[in-house]
Amino acid sequence: MSVAVDSDRAFVDEIRRIAGDVAAVHADAVDRDARFPAEAVAALRQAGALSAFVPTELGGAGVSLEAVARACYELGRRCSATAMVFAMHQIQVATIVRHLDAGWFESYLRRVAAEQRLVASVTSEIGTGGDMGRSIAGVVPAADGALSFVKQAPTVSYGAHADDLFTTVRRSEDADQFDQVLVLHHGDQTELEPKGTWDTIGMRGTCSPGFEVRARFAAEQILPAPFSTVMNESHVPISHILWSHVWLGIATEAFERGRAFVRAAARRSPGTTVPAAHSLSRVMSDLALLRAEVRAGLEDFVGEGEDAGRDRLGTMASILRFNNLKLAASEQAPRICMGVLEVIGIMAYKNDSPYGVGRQLRDALSARLMVANERIHAVDAGLLLIAKEV
Amino acid sequence: MNTTLNDEIRQVLSDHARLPVNAASLDEHADLFQAGMSSHASVNVMLALEDVFDVEFPDAMLRRSVFESITAIAGAISELRRQAA
Repeated sequence: MSVAVDSDRAFVDEIRRIAGDVAAVHADAVDRDARFPAEAVAALRQAGALSAFVPTELGGAGVSLEAVARACYELGRRCSATAMVFAMHQIQVATIVRHLDAGWFESYLRRVAAEQRLVASVTSEIGTGGDMGRSIAGVVPAADGALSFVKQAPTVSYGAHADDLFTTVRRSEDADQFDQVLVLHHGDQTELEPKGTWDTIGMRGTCSPGFEVRARFAAEQILPAPFSTVMNESHVPISHILWSHVWLGIATEAFERGRAFVRAAARRSPGTTVPAAHSLSRVMSDLALLRAEVRAGLEDFVGEGEDAGRDRLGTMASILRFNNLKLAASEQAPRICMGVLEVIGIMAYKNDSPYGVGRQLRDALSARLMVANERIHAVDAGLLLIAKEV
Repeated sequence: MNTTLNDEIRQVLSDHARLPVNAASLDEHADLFQAGMSSHASVNVMLALEDVFDVEFPDAMLRRSVFESITAIAGAISELRRQAA
């Protein structure tokens, strides 16, 4: 067995331990109080997990994307908020790793590894209709030779808890709205003025209210690769892969609660067929479909190799492929939680029951809204007219 | 060189790209997306190009960079014609 595979396994084992020993213990309180999962994130920091995807030569663990995805799944089973914070952080790190130029961003990744810095992302913006590929805010020169921007963000997940933020803006004030760059700015270079609250039906612990984001930074903190490239080659497909692993984790946890309920019922009446087992079997086939799609999405991405594959990620067929992963997973996950609710009945509806799936159902409902599925369908509707193999 | 091809492409752009500027006077290297072509309009441009030039863009060509300027589009069409010949 290769060293890389061993380090992947050790990493996933450690994440599974944190998920069970820490994230699961606080998950209900995080949900009830809509508070940041501080204990679990501290444990992830302690384990060096925030730099898991950073190459070893820069001080990280250098694990594979498959291992990171598996970690999202393991955390998703125990605490959706922890899992989503972890996933979103890894998306930012993976984006930097994949579009790395020697220089400032390399030294930044060393800091992520040494200091276990947590990175949040500011991609959505009021006035763009949910289109991440457009920006209104632009980079403007500040008086002292630094650069600055002001961006109105409708949601910034764990923005107030992050060490750094990764924000899309127009390259300059007179740049086209599609001519975007990513700026990595530190917390002490940033002012976050809260615009609203985060009292939601699910994913409450991600703490994602809107903010007016004001930042001052140096030119070297702009990622050299244009966001239009970064978006197709890394940001969108990796987001859809890691999010869908979180959702698979949530749905799997709901299913396992259904199974525990059915097994308990079967033990009470040996020799008879439990009607709930039949319904659970239907849910299981939905779960199998979800798992297959989530794994296939990951395999397709990893199978794209480095050079030729990277190039293919910019094609319409590839954009459709990873959009389909998001659409399928986000619609299937809450359906599975609903199915389990019906299998278990009132014991699943109760919040204080060991068979409760309220939290999983509410958390899973966020999936179709984080980048609204209707918006993705609108994009796909155009692409499928011209793409050849879909 | 390629004057006819470029003119035909300009005509397609004029009909389908919904540019705020005149396609006839557009520099052949100008970035069409920066000139205001939306993603939605670009799909219509691709469909029209396939129709007008009787070609099919394979998936590998269906990317932003292939359609970002008149020159880039002309290159793609010439390439497909070479392959068909």
